[in-house]
Amino acid sequence: MNLDLTEEQEMLRTSARDFLTKECPKTLVRKLEEEEKGYSPELWSKMAELGWLGLVLPEEYNGMGMGFMDLIILLQEMGRNIVPGPFFSTVVLGSLPILSAGTEEQKKEFLPKIASGKMIFTIAITEPSARYDAAGIEAKATAQGDSFVINGTKLFVENAHIADYLICATRTKKSKKPEDGITLFLVDTKNPGIKCEVMPTIGADKLCEVVFEDVEVPKKNMLGQLHKGWPIVARAMEQAAIAKCAEMVGGCEASMDMTLAYVKERVQYGRPIGSFQVIQHYCANMWSNVETSRNILYMAAWKVAEGLPAAKDVAVAKGWINEAYKFVTERAMQCHGAIGTTRDHDIGLYYRRAKAGELAFGDTDFQKELVAQSLGL
Amino acid sequence: MDFQFTAQQETFRQEVREFLRKELGPDWKGGKTQEMFSPEFSRKLGKKGWIGIGWPKEYGGGGRPHMDQLIFGEEMLYGRAPAAAHILAQNMVGPTLINVGSEEHKKKFLPMILSGEVVFCLAYTEPQAGSDLASLQTSAVADGDYFRINGQKTFISFAGEAHYGWIGVRTDPNAPKKHRGISIFIVDMKTPGITTRELHTMFDHTLYEVFFDDAKVHKSCVVGQLNQGWYYITQALDHERVFMAATIAGYQRIFDEIVEYAKVTKRNGILLSKDPIIQQKLTEMAIELHVGRLLGYRLAWLLEQGIVPFAEASISKVFTSELEKRLGNLGMQVLGLYGQLQQGARHAPYNGYLEWEYRFSPMQAVGGGANEIQRIIIAIAGLGLPR
Repeated sequence: MNLDLTEEQEMLRTSARDFLTKECPKTLVRKLEEEEKGYSPELWSKMAELGWLGLVLPEEYNGMGMGFMDLIILLQEMGRNIVPGPFFSTVVLGSLPILSAGTEEQKKEFLPKIASGKMIFTIAITEPSARYDAAGIEAKATAQGDSFVINGTKLFVENAHIADYLICATRTKKSKKPEDGITLFLVDTKNPGIKCEVMPTIGADKLCEVVFEDVEVPKKNMLGQLHKGWPIVARAMEQAAIAKCAEMVGGCEASMDMTLAYVKERVQYGRPIGSFQVIQHYCANMWSNVETSRNILYMAAWKVAEGLPAAKDVAVAKGWINEAYKFVTERAMQCHGAIGTTRDHDIGLYYRRAKAGELAFGDTDFQKELVAQSLGL
Repeated sequence: MDFQFTAQQETFRQEVREFLRKELGPDWKGGKTQEMFSPEFSRKLGKKGWIGIGWPKEYGGGGRPHMDQLIFGEEMLYGRAPAAAHILAQNMVGPTLINVGSEEHKKKFLPMILSGEVVFCLAYTEPQAGSDLASLQTSAVADGDYFRINGQKTFISFAGEAHYGWIGVRTDPNAPKKHRGISIFIVDMKTPGITTRELHTMFDHTLYEVFFDDAKVHKSCVVGQLNQGWYYITQALDHERVFMAATIAGYQRIFDEIVEYAKVTKRNGILLSKDPIIQQKLTEMAIELHVGRLLGYRLAWLLEQGIVPFAEASISKVFTSELEKRLGNLGMQVLGLYGQLQQGARHAPYNGYLEWEYRFSPMQAVGGGANEIQRIIIAIAGLGLPR
C-alpha cells in the first residue's frame, strides 16, 4: 500500500494550482457564467500549451503520456478553482472513449487535435427520459448506403454548443436486452441537421439540448462496433463519474478553506466565531466529509486507473461525495452567514456546483442502486 | 498511489483467519463484552506470539509494521476474537512502559503481557473528571519510600478481574497547570485499601467503581517520571490509533449478518432484500462502511509514515462510533418485531446479538473521549481554529 502522491503528481498539483489562481480568477468564472459561450479561448489555448488537454494521451498523438490518476489530480485542482469550459467534456468524455475504442485512423484524426486545443468534444448520452442506463438510449441511427442517419433528441449534453464533434450514443437495433443494439458515432456538429440550444442550469455549466434531424454520419465515424457500443458508454460513464468526483472533492477542499479563513477572522461578541464550539463542531463535521471523500476518491480512481473491476468503488465514491459536497457547501454557507448568499461571494459558486455535480453521471439514488446490485440485493 | 496489500500481507491475513477459525470453531459468533473476556484465549494468542505483534522485537514483540497490525486487528474484530483480557495491556500499558518505563517495570510486566497472563484495568475517569480528565483528584502523597493513595475512580472496565490497575493520580496539587501534577502508577489490585463496586450497564457489561482508601504502595509503582503522567496518557493514545483503524471490520461482520438475514427472510410475501426501503437502508450502510474502512487505512498509512495523526484519529473515532449507532438501529429495523428478542429467547435471530448491539452502541460515542471532545480536537489541533 502506498497512499502518497508521486513527486510528479505533487508537481502537477502545485503548478496547476498556481496557474489557475493566476489565469482563472473568480471574476472570469462569473463573467463566463453569464456568457453563452461559457469558455475563454485564451485560457483554453494556454491549457493546451501546458499539455493538459493531452495529459493522458500517448505521445504518438501529441499527448503527455501520463496516467488516469494524474488526470484525477488535475481535475481536483480544476474543481477547487472552478474552471468553466469544455475541459471535462473534451478530455474525459471525448478523448478517453476514442483512445480506448477508436480505430487507429480515428485516433490519428482526432486525438492530436484534441491535445493541441484545436478540437472541442463532448458526448451525447441522455435523452428526454433523463436516465443514464442503456434503456434510456432511443435516438435512432439507420443504415443508408455508406452512412448512418441519426434522428432523436439528446439532453444535458455538456458544451455541445461549442463542440466541434460529439460522440452520439444511438440505438441501431431493438432487442430484449437494452444493452444490446447501441452504436456510437463521432458526429461533426457542423452537420446542418443538428440543432443545439443551451439550457440555463443551476451550475451554469452549459448543458445543451441537441436535436438530430436526419443527420448523416459516414460509417467510418462509427466508434467501436455496430450494436456493441454499450460497454464503451458504461466505461465512459464510470470514468466520468469518478472524474466528476475529483472535481467535487476539489470543490469541497476550497469550500473548507474559505470557511476556515472566514471563521478565524470574523468577530462577533468580541471573539472570532471560530472559537465558538458550535462552529468548531460544524467545521469538524465538514472536514470529516472532506477527508472521507478524498480517501474514497483516490481508492476508486486507483482501481479505474489500474483497470481493476471498479463498479462498486465508483458507485460508493460518487454516492458518498454527492452528499459530502452538498453538506460541506451548505455548512460553509451557514458559517458565512448572509454575506455567503450574495452573488459577489465565492461560496455560492461552489454551493450551486455541488448540486450540479451530484446530478451528473448518476445522482445518489442511482449510485445506491448500483451498490445494492453489488451486494446482491 | 497503490491500495493493494502485498502478497505477504494477504498471507498473514489468511493465517490469522485460519487460526481464529481453528481456535474459536466455525460456529463462533462472539458475544457480549463479558463473553469477550477470555484469559484462556489470551494465553493461546500469547503462545502463538500474537500479543504485541507491533511491539519492538528487542522487547519480545513481533516488530510488525502498522499495516500488518491493521490487518491483524481487522481479522480479530471480524472474527469477534475474545481479546478483552489482554487488549488494554497490549495497547496502552506495554507501549508506554517500552517508551518510558524503568528497567524493573519492563522486566516484570512486559513478559507477562506478551504471554497473555496478566489483566490490567485502566483507571483514569473520576466522578468529577470525565471529559475534563486533567481535573482528576485522586491523590498520591509521598510517605517515605511509599505513597498513600486516596480517592475514587469510576466507569472502569474489568477492575474486578484485573491483577493490576494502571491509574492516573494527582501527585502535585500545587503545579501551576493541573496537567503538570499528574502521575501514572501501576498498583496491585489486591493492595489493602483498594476496593471495587460493580456498576451495571444497560448493555450487560459490568463496570466498576474503584475506591482508594489510604492504599499504601511502594514508590517503585510510579511509571516513568513523577508528574509526567499527562504526557504519558496522551502519548499512549497514539498506540491505540492503529487498532482504531481496524474498528470497521467488526461492524462489517454485523452488517454482513444483517444482509444475510435480509436475503433469506420474507416479510409480507417478499424477501427483505427486495424491499426498496430496506434496500435503501442497507445500501447507505454499505457505503458508510466502505468509507469508514478507507479512513482506517489512511490512519494506518499515516502511522506507518511516522506521522501522529491526531485529527485523523479523532475523525475516525467520531465517524465509526456514530456509524455504530446507526448500524445498531438498522439491525433491529431489518429484524422487525423479532429484533427486540433477547439472547436466549426462542425466536431470537442471531441469538439476540442485534438487540444487544442496539443497547451497546451508544457507548462508543461516549467512551474514549466523548465525540464532542473529539470534534474540538479536530477543530483546534487539525484545523487551527482559535480556542
